[in-house]
Amino acid sequence: MFSSSYKGRLMPVLLASAALALGGAIALPSFAAPDRGQEYFPLQSYRVGPYAAGGTGFFGGFIDYMNLINMRDGGVNGVKLTWNECETEYEVERGVECYERMKTQGNPGPAAMNPLSVGIAYALLDRSTSDKIPLITINHGRTDTTDGAVFPYIFPLLLNPWSEASAMVNYVAQRDGGLDKLRGRKIVVLYHGSPYGRETIPIFALLSQKYGFEVTEIEVPHPGNQQQSQWLQIQRIAPEFVILRGWGVMNPVALKTAQQVGFPADHIIGNIWSNSEEDVRPAGAAAVGYIALTDHPSGTEFPVVQEIIKTVYGANKGNLDDKSRIGSGYHTLGIINGILNVEALRIAQQHFGDKALSGEQVQWGFDHLDLDDKRIAELGATGLLPPIHVTCADHEGAGAVKFQQWDGQRWVTKTGWIQADRKLLRPLIEASANKYAAEHHITPRNCAKTS
Amino acid sequence: MRFWLVAALLAVALLVVPRVGNTYLFDAILTPFLALSLAGVGLNLLTGYAGQISVGSAAFMAIGAFAAYNFNLRVPHLPLLASFALAGLTAAAVGIVFGLPSLRLKGFYLLVSTLAAQYFVQWALTNFHWFANDDPSGVITAPQLAVAGIDFSSSAGRYVLSLAVVATLTFVALRLVHSQTGRNWMAVRDKDLAAAVIGVPIFRSKLLAFAISSFYCGVAGVLWAFAYLRTVESDGFTLDLSFRILFIIIIGGLASVRGAFFGAAFIVVLPLLLSRIGASFFGTTDSGIAELVEMILIGVLIIAFLIAEPAGLVSLWDRGRRRLARLLSFVPAPQS
Repeated sequence: MFSSSYKGRLMPVLLASAALALGGAIALPSFAAPDRGQEYFPLQSYRVGPYAAGGTGFFGGFIDYMNLINMRDGGVNGVKLTWNECETEYEVERGVECYERMKTQGNPGPAAMNPLSVGIAYALLDRSTSDKIPLITINHGRTDTTDGAVFPYIFPLLLNPWSEASAMVNYVAQRDGGLDKLRGRKIVVLYHGSPYGRETIPIFALLSQKYGFEVTEIEVPHPGNQQQSQWLQIQRIAPEFVILRGWGVMNPVALKTAQQVGFPADHIIGNIWSNSEEDVRPAGAAAVGYIALTDHPSGTEFPVVQEIIKTVYGANKGNLDDKSRIGSGYHTLGIINGILNVEALRIAQQHFGDKALSGEQVQWGFDHLDLDDKRIAELGATGLLPPIHVTCADHEGAGAVKFQQWDGQRWVTKTGWIQADRKLLRPLIEASANKYAAEHHITPRNCAKTS
Repeated sequence: MRFWLVAALLAVALLVVPRVGNTYLFDAILTPFLALSLAGVGLNLLTGYAGQISVGSAAFMAIGAFAAYNFNLRVPHLPLLASFALAGLTAAAVGIVFGLPSLRLKGFYLLVSTLAAQYFVQWALTNFHWFANDDPSGVITAPQLAVAGIDFSSSAGRYVLSLAVVATLTFVALRLVHSQTGRNWMAVRDKDLAAAVIGVPIFRSKLLAFAISSFYCGVAGVLWAFAYLRTVESDGFTLDLSFRILFIIIIGGLASVRGAFFGAAFIVVLPLLLSRIGASFFGTTDSGIAELVEMILIGVLIIAFLIAEPAGLVSLWDRGRRRLARLLSFVPAPQS
């Protein structure tokens, strides 16, 4: 193909560069770090559509943290983190397509899937199990997947919906001075009309029986921008507290409508998906005094957030376009999600060696994820996330939350970590998981045996 | 000639594709394509042939999916395919009920009454927990897919199962539209008064169209839930999905069984193609921007296409084929 003159011009260049490369390799052997491969994190993100505020914040935080690890530490024990994004618009079909597209990428395959969508997570339950890729549903997901014996690859880390319900009731009790004070009280649960919203219906019913309070559960149809009739019903019931299990636009509308019917904001308690700045700012003055539960407090004072600002945003590699969103609720949740994924990888590396690991190996890391106060302090995340100890049988690992109040400008943390009554919930989780196992002919693994 | 072409295509799809394809091809493209095609065929029988417009297709898919789930759960030793058929019949029965207004209403008014079906079914499925076997979140999961002892749980297996069901039902649909029933439907569509005068039973034809169309949508819903998504909630069968099925038959070609397949391919494959091209163009810069560009492109394509070819992809295909046949003059041009 090449004419001889072209070849003639090309050859010296080739020779020279080969010589240079060879010389470089001999002279500077310490320059090249040992190539331990790359760990691949597929991101099924959503940056457009009705839930884009959550998607950009969460995936922005996750990417920022992975960038921090790559830039500051050169990866995890020499293994660089890589990722790419596939837009789901929070739609199940898109999420499934993204999963199928991404699951074959990376060498040796994806470390874990983090779709941040209940609907997509449901569709991936049996796919990710059969493909041996951990599925992380931080703070959400299907409660009975907490039972790691039946669902070895599914991890509803930190807080499952039932723990959340229990912790909210415990908080109300604490405010009143004890669980025995709950008797005779009236509580309304206002929930989003979706599987996510309905997940806690039986648990509030159970808790109301156990503690003797009266509960009314009211559904708000998706997306929730009309709530007049629901709040008029609440006005008639006149409860002491309203528990708000919202998502997206439903939250500010609830707060505004509450103000219209004269229900005090400081007696509305928001759940884990009703606790971000994006949920309260649009409600303006109606949100002042509103209380919400969180396990990912917002703020930029945490050392890990400071380092991200310095290292990542300092080098202009930050993922958020709007810098004022750094340290907002969704962003810190993304950072926490990054911490949990990276630490699981680190723990798995202790077991399998410092190299890029397959999903099956990273699953071992999640199964043994154990972050105590000391480790969390080393990570610069004290106060950002509670200690978490995942085991073969318990894929939630924490179940503690704080409560915060909106003062019109920022969230003010009001409590320390409040625990859920996980002992009460565990038998129910196991019963539900076993029902699933029986329906799907799954033989649960023996968690007493696995080390 | 045509028969052999279709037979060859089916043979390739049934024998060759499962061997060479990967799970992405089956799970992300072919299985949803088949399920939506079947729904498109169903809606085309009602809208394209019988002239009754409907935006309730997703509701009937939901009925099919939940019915099949419950038949499998509550009737012991029921063969899988029997539960598919029963699910279709359940959807057909509900379809007749919601078809009753069509005896009095036409056009936009009928559209509104099928909208009622869409909302009512979703409401019923979420409010009565029995339908989802008291699952706290109201989701159903697919049972094991096995027919006569053969397991179809793998990705390729799900595709083969869907293909077999879709091919059989498509064959029936093709026979149906060329039968007396099909001719009655077209007579009702073109001028119901004239049809009544020459003795076409309007009442029966319309209800039959609703029943059969709902049967097809119901079975499509079972495939959508069991073969494709595997775990679904009633909220997955939204008005949005109904509209997509309506677009499938409009883009593919009204009153054409083949058109549903063309339309489904367009609706399923084109966005994926565009998003992949977009990903290679924009790289990892911002998936949000790539997504918006993609939406704009799809919208423009649909509008441009409908202006250039209002009779749908199927007529584009036929014209192309005729032109090709004229070029290769040894093949006689098909008459249509």
